[in-house]
This record gives sequence, C-alpha cells and structure tokens, in this order.
Amino acid sequence: MCFMKDKKAMVGIIVTGAVVGLISAVLVHFGNPGNMGFCIACFLRDIAGATKLHSAGVVQYFRPEIIGLIIGALAMAIFSKEFSPKGGSSPVTRFVLGFFVMVGALVFLGCPLRMVLRIGGGDLNGIVGLVGFACGILAGIFFLNKGFSLKRTYSLPKTEALAFPISMVALFLLSLLVPALFVFSAEGPGSMRAPVALALAAGLIVGAMAQKSRLCMVAGIRDVVLFKDWKMLVGFVTIIAAVLIGNLAFGQFKLGFAEQPIAHALFLWNFLGMVVVGFGSVLLGGCPLRQIILSAEGNTDSVVTVLGYLAGAAFCHNFGLAAAAVNGPSINGKIAVIVGLVVMAAIAAANTKKAAR
Amino acid sequence: MEKNTVDARGLSCPQPVLMTKKAMESGDKAYEIIVDNGTAKENVTRFAQNAGYKVSVTEIDGDFHLTAVK
Repeated sequence: MCFMKDKKAMVGIIVTGAVVGLISAVLVHFGNPGNMGFCIACFLRDIAGATKLHSAGVVQYFRPEIIGLIIGALAMAIFSKEFSPKGGSSPVTRFVLGFFVMVGALVFLGCPLRMVLRIGGGDLNGIVGLVGFACGILAGIFFLNKGFSLKRTYSLPKTEALAFPISMVALFLLSLLVPALFVFSAEGPGSMRAPVALALAAGLIVGAMAQKSRLCMVAGIRDVVLFKDWKMLVGFVTIIAAVLIGNLAFGQFKLGFAEQPIAHALFLWNFLGMVVVGFGSVLLGGCPLRQIILSAEGNTDSVVTVLGYLAGAAFCHNFGLAAAAVNGPSINGKIAVIVGLVVMAAIAAANTKKAAR
Repeated sequence: MEKNTVDARGLSCPQPVLMTKKAMESGDKAYEIIVDNGTAKENVTRFAQNAGYKVSVTEIDGDFHLTAVK
C-alpha cells in the first residue's frame, strides 16, 4: 500500500474532485444535458458541429466550458510558472490516437469524465464503460511496461504554444459577436445549455484546479496498477461521490440501465467503446480533459491530440459512426471501433522497443 | 555514479516514474533523476518517497535534478 507522504497533493486532488463533481451537477441543473456537466468529447463534438465541421443538427453548439477550461488552465500555468512551450513527441501519431479515442468516446457517448459523471447520476451503463475503460488501460500498461514511448518533446517558441489557446478564444468571441456564421442546435443535446456566463465560469474554475492538481481520469487506474500510487484514483472516486450528492440534491439521480440521458444500453459497445478510449488515452499519456489542460499550458502535442479529437468528432457524424441515444452505434460505428483497436495495437507495438540492456 | 542517473527530460508521465522504478530495481542507495516538467518532478518525488528514499530537488536551467538517497 502507499504511504500518504504527499498530504498536500492528496488534499488538492480531493478538493478538485469535489468541485468538479458539484459544478457538473450545477451545470446540468441550469440546462446542460443529463449527466453532461462536463464531457470533453461531447463538447468538442458540439464545437465541431457549431463550426460546421459536421452537420448533425442536434449536436451543434460552441460550448463555453471548453474555452473556460483553456483560459483557466493557461492562467494557472502562467501564475505557477508552469507555462512551458514544447512539442515534437510523435505529433501525427497522437493525432491518429486522438481521432480514434473520439470514435470510442462517441460510441460509448462520453469521455472518461462523463463516464464518471454518468456513474454518479445512477446510469449503470457507466459501470459497463468503466470495466471497458479499465481493460483498455491494462492493455496500454502492457505496452508501457515493455518500453512503449512516443519519444521525447523539445522546447518551442512561445508563439507556437499560444497559437491554439488564442485561436480558440478568438473563435469563441466570434461565435458571440457574429453568431450567424455558426450553427446552434434548436433541439437535442446541443440545444441544452447552461447560461454562457455560468458555463464559462465553471470551465475557468475547473481548468485552473485541474491544471494545479493534474487531474486525469486515466491516470487514476493506471498509476495504481503501475506504482500503487492512489492519488489520482482518489480524485476519480471523489468526483463520483460529489456529483452523486449534487444529483440527489437537485433531484437528477436516476438508477438503472434503461432510458438514461444521452446513453444507450448495449453492453458490448459501451464496453468496447471505452476499451478504445482507455487504451488510446494511456498511449497518449492522459484523458481528454488532461489533454485540453495540457494544450493550454504549452504542450503542442496535446494541441495536436485535441485537433485529432475534433477531426474524429467531425468524421463520427459525417460517416455515421457516433452512437445514437437508445439505439446505440450503427454498423459503421461498430466497424470503426474495431478498426480503432487494431490501429492502436499497431501504434503501440510499433513504438515499443525493448530496453537495451 | 553514472549508472545511477536517470535522464527523463522531454518525457511526460508515467515514463519518468517507470524509468526511475526500473533504475531503482538495482537496489542502490542513491540516484539522480533529471526531469523537465513539474508533473514529472512531483510524481517521481512521490514514487521515490514511497520507496523509502529522501528526495531533494535543485532546479538548473529549467530542468529539475532530483537526488534520491536512502
């Protein structure tokens, strides 16, 4: 068992987890779709829709939460002198991994953070996803232990690191000033929104705290298996507890498999979707939330990963890969998940070198 | 001393911790681990402390040099 010598880090992650869980319940109460206080995959998919990268009418909205996360993380990174422009660790491979992580997430219908929020909302399909997620993480760990690496990063100029955060903020401002350029859903999940100011503030708070505490959904299970380090898993469990309390308080808790908000109850595809997400996220070194935070603190490899998510989301809807609520994924979506698994295994094997001894 | 140095600059977690773990399998009393980001610094420190080492950190040119001593 681990010795809790780093009490400060532990307190930090518990406070962050509690805030993320509670804010998520609040966002749903004020208009976000059910169990979707935060969902990096869904929100990027909505942004891809709002900017017409895809044209699925029900999932188009420029989610202010994402912009809040980016600004909050950027500000906190600058404040703690951790803003550090770097990149060059197999960016194109990361783009491909990000692409398929998004495919897996949209077949399950949520990133790992939303999986946790779904569990805390009583959606038992989230538990099925969690089992798949854990299996994917174990697959990733298998390759990590064999020496998997996407190679090192190098220092880059500040402009390179600021290009993404500035572009996202500019695009968001444009969506407020000239909304006619964008599309916003009139019905469906994309039409369910907390007020802009609230969503932005929620993102800012969570972005800053997640930067400081390194909150990551994939690191929880991974670090316990690899190093018996429980810090991140404590954060993971705290989010479930906090959102559960929030959901009970707002009357948003509903236990069961059937008729859950923005979810389907097909065991196999909930499971396999999250295997892809867990596997890919371990290879990438962090869950979608963590990649967003890193993309704001100067890690351009994470920027490329997020661009991969956006492209993946666009393809998911243009090619009919994303699962439909209730009915689950189409045959195209099922094939894409299997292709994703094969591609990830190939990438993992190709980048695994036995340590020279 | 050379063989007990782990250079994990440019790598992000969990790789620096994995490299440290692997190096520490030799069971020596002292190691130097070099990392270049705050997350790796914290994670390697926590890992080494849990393995029973005392860790001190010096920052040189933006890199963190961690000395772990048993």
